[in-house]
Amino acid sequence: MIKQSTLKPENAAFRETVPAGEYFLKVVKTGETVRILDLEGNQAADTLFYNAHNPTERYSAVDTIREQGNVYLTAGSKLMSSENNVMLEITADTCGRHDTLGGACAAESNTTRYALEKKCMHACRDSWLVAVTEHEELGMTKRDITHNINFFMNVPVTADGGLTFADGISDAGKYVELEAKMDVLVMISNCPQLNNPCNGWNPTPIEVLVWS
Amino acid sequence: MLQTAASPYATPLYDDLIPGGSHWSFIMRRGHVLRLIDETGGANVGMLMYNPENPLERYNMPDTLKNQHTFLLTKGHVLLSDMGRVFASIIHDDLGWHDTVAGTCNADLVEQRWGKKTYQEAHNHYHRNGFNSFLNELAKYGLGKKDLTANLNWFSKVKTDDDGNMTFAEGHSHAGATVDLRFEMDTIVVLHTCPHPMNPASEYPSHPLRYQLFKAAPVTDADPCKISSPEATRAFANTALYHLMQ
Ligand SMILES: [Zn+2]
Repeated sequence: MIKQSTLKPENAAFRETVPAGEYFLKVVKTGETVRILDLEGNQAADTLFYNAHNPTERYSAVDTIREQGNVYLTAGSKLMSSENNVMLEITADTCGRHDTLGGACAAESNTTRYALEKKCMHACRDSWLVAVTEHEELGMTKRDITHNINFFMNVPVTADGGLTFADGISDAGKYVELEAKMDVLVMISNCPQLNNPCNGWNPTPIEVLVWS
Repeated sequence: MLQTAASPYATPLYDDLIPGGSHWSFIMRRGHVLRLIDETGGANVGMLMYNPENPLERYNMPDTLKNQHTFLLTKGHVLLSDMGRVFASIIHDDLGWHDTVAGTCNADLVEQRWGKKTYQEAHNHYHRNGFNSFLNELAKYGLGKKDLTANLNWFSKVKTDDDGNMTFAEGHSHAGATVDLRFEMDTIVVLHTCPHPMNPASEYPSHPLRYQLFKAAPVTDADPCKISSPEATRAFANTALYHLMQ
């Protein structure tokens, strides 16, 4: 569902551009709104959310899709935690659909999906592992890396049980906006994938904005 | 070769019945088959998998689905770890569709849908849920909430329409329906027989699981699971590398 935001970038309390292949880590407080902006189009923002006070509680892809009865995320979707709480709600979306079944790229999954010798190419899970090891204060490790949202990705499921990676439905300037329902730690890997036609083999920057 | 449920010399090494609404776990050794049998029809079996040598390696739903371009699990598919390896191959399936996207029931969901029954009032018929059942078994291996991940739901089918709306298929599994999983790595298998979280039944669905263990036939280069896709072939190559020095 396409829904425009009324928030203006010039009023944002926080703005940061995240280049492809980098991670983004920030706590967003209850009631604040975070926007992820696809600056150049067809980028994938691989995103995980945690309860900022207890990262054992985290975004759960399967609980989210089951509770809303639909496998795609868009405006109105409530993002559920592993403890059955609403973490965030998507309040605006100019893309119309986001994936949470496809997971993130990893060095190891690159070997199976593309070629055994692709194992040393940069991948989203590596970005998250760098994020948690550079932030020991979070007390997080690979155990905390779970199933994510791929903002701006389109992974259609067919009625007969097929799953395909379609061309991106995003474009330069499209965005998704979420209102936090609890204090959440946002951890994004701006996907460095060079083997997936979804991004035209050209990973590009995103921008993250927060309104208080 | 043990490839079908009707195999004439398939004498199990072990045979056991887990009651409905229960949980159990064990280690499967590579080269063995775990046969899951829906004893009465209507079963749901939640499953998680971990590498006993390093439990940070676990079943990965997204990698399993996207590597095989599928939303469902059935014969010919492999169950992938997050490290690009094959925990198990589905070498036989009577149903053609098993779910791995709908997660598991939790205490709130069970109470809202089927009411709360405590051990004090119902003894072994009390209402257990999949979330706590998994945690109970995981704790036996030093694992916990951080290790929970998207689980498999054997014998259950969840479809979507063109708009992504999900529906639970009622009456999908029949008495005697069987799935055979051939393990390609040593694997901690965590099971529960709690209801599928989308099951609309008015009474708490309680269906047992019969499971049996067999020695597997050797895996050849022409194995249907191994050659089912280039992705599966590469996952088998990764698994062979893991076993190179054993
Ligand atoms: Zn990625």
